[in-house]
Formats: sequence, C-alpha cells, structure tokens
Amino acid sequence: MQKSTLVKLFATAFVAVLVASPASAADTIKIGVAGPHTGDLAPYGIPTKEAAEMVVAEVNAKGGINGKQIELMIVDDQCKPEIATNVATKLVSESVNIVIGHVCSGATKAAMGIYKGAKLIAISPSATNPPLTKSGEYPNFYRTIAADDDQAMLAASFATDKLKAKKVAIIHDKGDYGKGFADFSKVAIETGGKAKVVMYEGIQPGALDYSAVVQKLRSEGADTLIFGGYHPEASKILSLLNKKKIKIAFIGPDGIKGDGFLKIAGKDAEGVYATGPKDVAKLPLNIKAHDEYKAKYKKEPGTFFDQGYAAMLAALNAIKVAGGTDYDALGKALKSSSVETTVGKIKFDTKGDAEGVGFSVYQVKNGAFAEVK
Amino acid sequence: MDFEYLFELLCSGVVKGSIYALIALGYTMVYGIIQLINFAHGEVYMIGAFVAFIVTGVLTLSGHSGLTVLLLAALAAVIYAAAYGYTLEKIAYRPLRNAPRLSPLISAIGASIFLMNFVQLVQTPDFLPFPELISDFDFMEPISRYLSSVDLIILIVTTVTMIALTVLIKYTRTGKAMRATQQDMIMARLSGINVDRVISATFIIGSVLAAIAGVLIASRTGQINSAIGFTAGLKAFTAAVLGGIGNIPGAVLGGLVLGIAETLGAGYISSAYEDVFAFGLLVLILTLRPSGLLGKAVKQKV
Repeated sequence: MQKSTLVKLFATAFVAVLVASPASAADTIKIGVAGPHTGDLAPYGIPTKEAAEMVVAEVNAKGGINGKQIELMIVDDQCKPEIATNVATKLVSESVNIVIGHVCSGATKAAMGIYKGAKLIAISPSATNPPLTKSGEYPNFYRTIAADDDQAMLAASFATDKLKAKKVAIIHDKGDYGKGFADFSKVAIETGGKAKVVMYEGIQPGALDYSAVVQKLRSEGADTLIFGGYHPEASKILSLLNKKKIKIAFIGPDGIKGDGFLKIAGKDAEGVYATGPKDVAKLPLNIKAHDEYKAKYKKEPGTFFDQGYAAMLAALNAIKVAGGTDYDALGKALKSSSVETTVGKIKFDTKGDAEGVGFSVYQVKNGAFAEVK
Repeated sequence: MDFEYLFELLCSGVVKGSIYALIALGYTMVYGIIQLINFAHGEVYMIGAFVAFIVTGVLTLSGHSGLTVLLLAALAAVIYAAAYGYTLEKIAYRPLRNAPRLSPLISAIGASIFLMNFVQLVQTPDFLPFPELISDFDFMEPISRYLSSVDLIILIVTTVTMIALTVLIKYTRTGKAMRATQQDMIMARLSGINVDRVISATFIIGSVLAAIAGVLIASRTGQINSAIGFTAGLKAFTAAVLGGIGNIPGAVLGGLVLGIAETLGAGYISSAYEDVFAFGLLVLILTLRPSGLLGKAVKQKV
C-alpha cells in the first residue's frame, strides 16, 4: 500500500515537472502541429510544419494574438494511426488549445476520437477522406482542403444544372483514381434525380481501340459523358467520338486537366470540360507566403504548404474572434468569421468543410483551359 | 434486336481484329520458320512508330505534307526497324541457336524489356501526340460512322500483307529456303542453303511488318509511348496462338476472332471484362484445338 502510494507520488511529480517545464505556460496560446515529419510520407507533413512556424514567427513578432504569444507543439505521427493516437494523447495532456493536423486521413481519423473526448478542435490541411466531415461524427474536425468526392459532385452538378444533361454515361479506367471519381459522380447524379445514368463502364487502360464502348455510348443515346481516368485514354475516346461524329459533352477530372492532354488530344480537346483545383497561385497572400518561403528555404514550398498556412491563419483568426480558446466559442468563430488565406477567403460550413475551397470547372478554348464562370 | 448496333459492333470488331492481325503476322512468320516466339516484336513495332513520329516531325517542319510524309515516314520506319530486327537476331538469338528452346525465349523477353527501357530513357516515358498521317477520304464520308479512312487502309494492308506473305513462302526461292530451314536446319545447310541468311531475312521481313503496323496503328490511335509495344504485342501474340502459331492465314483469322469477340463482349455485356472475353476464348479454343484454329497438329517422333 505504502509503496504504491509512493510510486504514484513520484509519478505525479515527474509528470508535473514535464508539464511545467515550458515555463510561462499560462500566458501562451499552445497550438499543436501533427503530421508525418519522418518516414517516407514526411514530404507531405513537413511543408505544413514549416508553414505553421512561419505564421507563428510573424504573428509573435507583431505581439501575438490577444496579447499572448503563440507556442507551437510539434509532434510526429509518421502517418501511422497507432502513433497518431499516442501523439494526440500527448497533445491533450499538454493541454494545447487547438491542433493543426493531422495530415493523412487514416492518422487523422485515429486521432479525432481522442480530440473529440477532450473537446479539442483540429484543422487538417490535407485529410481528404469524405466521411471525416460528412458523417457528422467529428464536430471538432475542420479542413482547408476539399474532400475526395467534391470534384465528382462538382462534375455531376455541372452536368445536370449547367449542361442540362438528361442521359449521362460514365466511363472509367478501373483504377483507384478514375473509378473513385466515376463512383462518386454516379452516386451524385442518382441522388440528384435530375438525370439518369444510362451507362456505367470500365475500360482497359492502354488498349488499342475503344470503338465498342463508343458505339455503346451512341446506342444508349447519352448526351453527356463523365470520364474517370487519365489523359491518354481520354484522348483516344475523344478522337473516336469525333471520327464517328458523335456529339456529346465530355467532362473529365483533374487527371486530364494539363498540358499533356492538350498536346495529345490536339483539336479533339476543344470544348472538353475538366474539373480542377481552383487556381490560388495569384492570390496576394499566397504570393507573399511563397516569396517568404523561398527567401528562407531557397526552394519551392512542398505539398499542402498552402493548406497548412491557411489552416494556421484560420485557427489564429478564430482565436482572435472568439477572444480566447474556449471550445464552443472557437467552433462558432470558425463557422462564422471569414478570413483571407493562402487558398482564398474561407470560412467553414456546419460540417467542417471550408467554403470557397476546392474545385472549378474548366473548358478547353482555343487550345487552353479556361475557367467556366 | 438492334441490327444497326450489331453491324456497328461487327465493323469495329473487324477493324480491331485486323489491327491485331497486322502485328500477329510478324509473330507468326518468325515462329513458323525458326520456332521462336520473338517477344521483342512488339518493341520493334513501337520503334517503328517512334521513327515515323520523328521523321514526320522533321518533314512537317520542312514544309512537306500529305502522302509524301506518310510514305517517307513509313519508309524510314521500315528501314530502321529492319536494321533493328537484323541486329536483334545477331545479338540475342543467333548465339543461342543450338541452346535448349527455353534460352532464346528468355533472351527474347530480355530483348523486349531492354528495348522498351532504352526508348524510355533516350526518348521519353511520356505519351507523344502522333499526327494523323492518313487524311479522311471524301468517298468514306457516308459510312464514316462504321469505318474511318484509316480503318479501311488497315484492312487493306492486312489483307495484302497476308496474301503477299503466303505467296512469298509458298512460291519464291527464298520461301522455299525458309521452309527447308524450318523442316531441318542441318539438311538445309547440306543442300546449299545459307541458313543464317534465311533466318536474317525472316527477321527483317518480320520487323518490316511490325514497322508498317506501328505507323498505321499509331496514326489511328493518335498517341505513342515506349510501352505501346507491350500491350499490342501481348494481344497480337494471343491472336497468333488462337489462329495456330506459324500459320499465316491463321494469324489473320485469330486476330479477327479475337477482335470480334472482344467488341461484341464489350458492346453487349461490359467493356470492363474485355480482356476476360479475349483470354477466356483463348483458353476455350486451345482446350478444344490445342494447335489453334488453323494450326496443324505436330507429330512428335518418339
């Protein structure tokens, strides 16, 4: 009995020392930054960490937020769910006020349960798994990137609302990327109820000829084709459509929105629609952040840098608007207060997805992609 | 029953089949003479397409157009591919002529992988836009929904090649020498046939066919990269085996059967299972006729 009390006492003292060590703890705002900083997925996590450090250095130099300095608590989850739960527990026990992260969807999901119990808000720059927001399971989860199915939803709504499609054909290349896009589009069109999916087919990538599938397209009388896949197959199908004089609107994902497609499809590309990420490179804040990064690190910023930077700005803005770090007040601020970021002016919807972030529809006009307004 | 749809599909199937057949002819000819499956055939096809691509680019820049470009590009592709075929045989197959049959087979796979990676490294791994070398004929306009001009040319070239090869092997001196070499290499040598030259000629002819196929098919699909030879080669090889490998009309029949089966399967059931129809048919036919549709059963001497 005595012995165990003694052990407890020591343990408590030990933890107390650990927690207390960053001295002026009460006077700072603590922000956790979680993501892969080592291992093979580190290139996806490090840019967010660097973005967070840049934002914090700038804000602290200007006197902090609400008169308090910001302190970063950077933890490495290597994108592994089991490590993510450990570092999430650590962040909770260190009583951070808000978390920027995690980066991979799997690790994010593992950590969210812990944050939810601790009433801690997390803003991910990169977790694109749709249910994270759309299931409603994690009211404390926000993200500054569009969900995986957003692109397909946009393609589907563009087909039915703008193009007034009635009979939609969906073709995919059977791969994860292409079939994923095709599947989400199919669901979106079927639940939308404005058009019918008359054909849903996989094709063999790299095959010499797609005549059969193109003939089928005509015999089904489809007026719009949604294609999930990459540009080589898209070009072959478009060339056959033109040769066989089939008039049909063609919508593809960002896998065809590039110079490769324009080069290979040539004149067949004219009029083709493609969804693609919104162009953020011309936003003033984005230019500023990139210039500062290049001055500091002498290279271009890596993947999710923009989103990480935006997540940090959104978090700081919410703390400023809420006047503190209370969970409910922060949530309200994130959902109601718009903020200029590196990915555009954003605020979050009721489920935690950033409004104003994501994809646009582009159309090939005179050999170049132009945004469809 | 929608007969127009069926007719459209049959047309597509015949075109696809003759594309397979055009490549399969080269496979089957080399096999017919020296019993070697030349896996690098698909790569020679790819190299033919690349040479035509480069020559077309140069000619178009210097202001030529139309038929001149097509003929010159095809000629350059044919010469280049013939040189490749000749060299390939010298380096990869001749030293193994008396080795067990498995060795040249492995050497052929090696040559295939080598050539694919070679082109990928010295050219590019990206897809390149192949120009449309055959412009649309006016008289094809009314039936363009069934058959395009390129399709028509592919059909004609496949038929002509098939007939020419048969004539070559059956009625010419070279053909006679080829058949003699195929039957008994030592005996052919004893009766004064230069076996090495005959085999070289076989490879040159096979490579020429591959290059012609490369130019025509690339002009139809509109794009090339270093891996096109592999997929095309695999299907053409299947067609050759289906028709009875070593048999020249068999390659065309095999190609047509394969093309029509794939197209009908894709048109009436699902294109996702196109390859399942193709290879399922192969299994079925080989179970019933192990030497292929037109292949002759080889009697093994015991």
